[in-house]
Amino acid sequence: MIVLLLRRLATVALTLLAISALVFFVIKLPPGDFLSNRIMELRAGGEAASIAKAELLIRQYGLDRPVFQQYLMWVGLMPGPAGYSGLLQGDWGWSFEYDRPVAEVVGDALWLTLVVNLAALVFVHVVAIPIALYSATHRHSLGDAVVTVLGYVGLAVPGFLLALILLFYANRWFGLSIGGLYDAGFTGRPWDRDKIASLLAHLVVPTLVIGLGGTAAMIRRMRANLLDELAKPYTVTARAKGLPPMRALLKYPFRMSLNPFVADIGNLLPHLVSGSVLVSLVMSLPTVGPLLLEALRSQDQFMAGFILMFVAALTVFGMLVSDLVLAWLDPRIRMGAR
Amino acid sequence: MTPLLSIRDLRVAFRTEAGPFEAGSLDVLHGLSLDVARGRTLALVGESGSGKSVTAQAILRILPRAAAITGGRILFEGRDLAALPADGAEMRRLRGQRVAMIFQEPMSCLSPLHTVGDQIGEALRIHTGASAREAEARTREALAHVGFPDPARALRTYPFELSGGLRQRAMIAMAIILKPALLVADEPTTALDVTTQAQILALLARLQAETGMGILLITHDLGVVANMADDVAVLYRGRLVEAGPRAAVLRAPGHPYLRALLHAVPRFDMAPGERLTPIRPARAAIPAGHAPAPRSGPILQVQGVSKTFTLRAARGLWAAPRLVRAVADVSLTLPAGRTLGLVGESGSGKTTVAKIVMRGLAPDSGRVLFDGGSGPRDVQALTGGNLFAYRRAVQFVFQDPYGSLDPRMSVRQILHEPMEIHGIPRAVRRARARELLAMVGLEADALARFPHAFSGGQRQRIGIARALALEPRLLVLDEPVSALDVSVQAQILNLLKDLQAALGLSYLIVSHNLAVIDYMADTISVMARGRIVEEAPRAALFRAPAHPYTRALLAAVPDPSLDHPLDFAAVTGDHSDPACWPAPYRLAPEEAGAMVEIAPGHRVRHGAADTRQAA
Repeated sequence: MIVLLLRRLATVALTLLAISALVFFVIKLPPGDFLSNRIMELRAGGEAASIAKAELLIRQYGLDRPVFQQYLMWVGLMPGPAGYSGLLQGDWGWSFEYDRPVAEVVGDALWLTLVVNLAALVFVHVVAIPIALYSATHRHSLGDAVVTVLGYVGLAVPGFLLALILLFYANRWFGLSIGGLYDAGFTGRPWDRDKIASLLAHLVVPTLVIGLGGTAAMIRRMRANLLDELAKPYTVTARAKGLPPMRALLKYPFRMSLNPFVADIGNLLPHLVSGSVLVSLVMSLPTVGPLLLEALRSQDQFMAGFILMFVAALTVFGMLVSDLVLAWLDPRIRMGAR
Repeated sequence: MTPLLSIRDLRVAFRTEAGPFEAGSLDVLHGLSLDVARGRTLALVGESGSGKSVTAQAILRILPRAAAITGGRILFEGRDLAALPADGAEMRRLRGQRVAMIFQEPMSCLSPLHTVGDQIGEALRIHTGASAREAEARTREALAHVGFPDPARALRTYPFELSGGLRQRAMIAMAIILKPALLVADEPTTALDVTTQAQILALLARLQAETGMGILLITHDLGVVANMADDVAVLYRGRLVEAGPRAAVLRAPGHPYLRALLHAVPRFDMAPGERLTPIRPARAAIPAGHAPAPRSGPILQVQGVSKTFTLRAARGLWAAPRLVRAVADVSLTLPAGRTLGLVGESGSGKTTVAKIVMRGLAPDSGRVLFDGGSGPRDVQALTGGNLFAYRRAVQFVFQDPYGSLDPRMSVRQILHEPMEIHGIPRAVRRARARELLAMVGLEADALARFPHAFSGGQRQRIGIARALALEPRLLVLDEPVSALDVSVQAQILNLLKDLQAALGLSYLIVSHNLAVIDYMADTISVMARGRIVEEAPRAALFRAPAHPYTRALLAAVPDPSLDHPLDFAAVTGDHSDPACWPAPYRLAPEEAGAMVEIAPGHRVRHGAADTRQAA
């Protein structure tokens, strides 16, 4: 197990390094960058002070150096003008667009994103698993048919549309302010009880909207997996032993049908961040999604680079977690049997 | 004395479409009546689809959702099981406690995610409320009872770590841990090697003698019936067609189905050239004129091939990976137009040899020579067009006719695919596909249908037709009839023989079924632990077996004739361990020994100590 862990950790480090190179060079691919664009603008307007500031930033972040040197400095493998100061050292860089450090800009958005999407994830599983269990064990019954139709509707309704409808009714019936994750009045205020209460109230709609499509998909997949497993002989063995039906179901077929979902954790985590961009925009949620979109548009390179690296790290660690959980859950994987 | 289990006029129906059972349903049992007495074994014999497994499931009330009991009674210990709710508390209390069941496929019947100890002890915990510690102790006893060499360790092993025989022992331990009054055994040894089968049968007989349980033994193997049953009941299309004490039924079979069954199974006392008589003859139209000019010389030579596998699971950070030698220095020669049989227990390396011949695996050393008509060529060295031609000349027939056909492809697509790959024009493909179906005895309207529409035997014919699509010279047959019902085995074996005669094919047939190998092969090689231990012409090998391993294999084959009962005491040892063989056959660990010719063409492996003496 320890061998497996060490081996996997080494792979994670290498993967992240490769991804960081890819991310950086892709961001640098379009000609020009935020600062040189800005300098050109400023030149046209003749604002000398701002030009000096921009040129200072260019020197400070080594943007006048070759791209691969810039990359190494960004990662923190090469000393920049301020010594070793990159991702490895915890310096996430400067957002030119906001004229503040990336860490400060992203700050709240990062964990709010995680809160929103984890809530959606929990919602998906809590709702989908019991329904799928029912649906698979009562195959072709009326209940199964109803759930199936509802599931397809859930899959087919576009998230942003549902978001608008739900926001409207949440406002009308419960007086919830439209958009955002808390009442606008709390912006910039410290996190006290009222602000958290407001956050919880505002979480309901995004959770429903982001979760619903996933729930429908999850029900369908879980039901199909379970149906496969229910037909397996060991399920019959469990019944022949005299196990009560529910216990037999949970201990054997359900446990087996979990594997694909555990294997999916790696895909779920990045989806948490990037999957809800559209919904976040529509509902103007202060999450990472809209920030990333804006950063990419304006070539705010450190900002975009950091968010992309963050998503990549989530993916890679998600994969690691799912590998470890799978090995823990499934002795066939743990022991290397075929 | 009232019988332990008394089934009276039992009717079971399968729902064919959604709706109540009365409307669209298909009866699979038409008023079955039978009795199982305490301490006795009733063998329920029949082909697949005759309703034997449905009977077992009805007794335990674990019928599939689409099936239901529509009439009759199942009297057991003063209760009518047919009248109880299937998943009610009373029925659940009986299941696993008073009535237990073991199944055919010991791998898929155990959950791969739970330890053996957990799954066996579970029956105890749910029925007696035993504590975990108590359950563990009782489970360990049960494992020791069914012959696990190290029961304490076995508690923590997972099913996939065990051999097929041990898995079935674990299933039996699970079934008998609560000392049930009735054991329902559904084809308990069909998936096992002959030697393992004999051991499991011996175990069941011993447990019955100890506990006095009644056994309902479901089987299609009359050899098993002859050795295990006190009484026999023959089921045919959901009806009981014959019943009585073993001797009466087997010595004077009354019903034509039973008589046919006795003649459909390959036996060792068949006259040379005698054909099996299939229960339902199939008409195959094999066109003449396909056979190439006969030629001398071997079509296939395997020369000193060895293969070692590395086990992936490393036990520690710096532990050397464990090596398993699957095949050691195997040499085979297959003359053109003949059949070479490769026989051995599972794990003996025979399938690995077949895969190396197919170039599905690369040998560590040694080579495979194939002569497609232009002289022998090293298969491993083939590249490009030559390799492509080799792929065409050598085809594979798989064991499992269910897994080897893509359920999403029609028969036409299945037959066309190899021809498409090898660039055969569309018009030729069409004509050839029809011809192929006729050759394997299927109607042309099968082309548009999908595999699920066919029975196991028919699917195996489709598999054979696919293998023949490219007019190969050599067919590698890996357990071609092991997954098939006895009643269709004869059809497939006869078909393969006819195809060989008409098309001049050469066969390499791999099987653990000695009678099948004996029926099919011209020369036979016996493999144990990756080595060939004995090879001889067909007539010599099973009639004058020299090697102790071959003899052990033969001794374990149950004979349906009642005159040669299995010697259960003799089948308990480990006959595949070279260190346990008597001199001159004994091999020290890692010792190769040498083949010694004892009669023309009949060679046996002797240990080095003995070969030195001889020299």
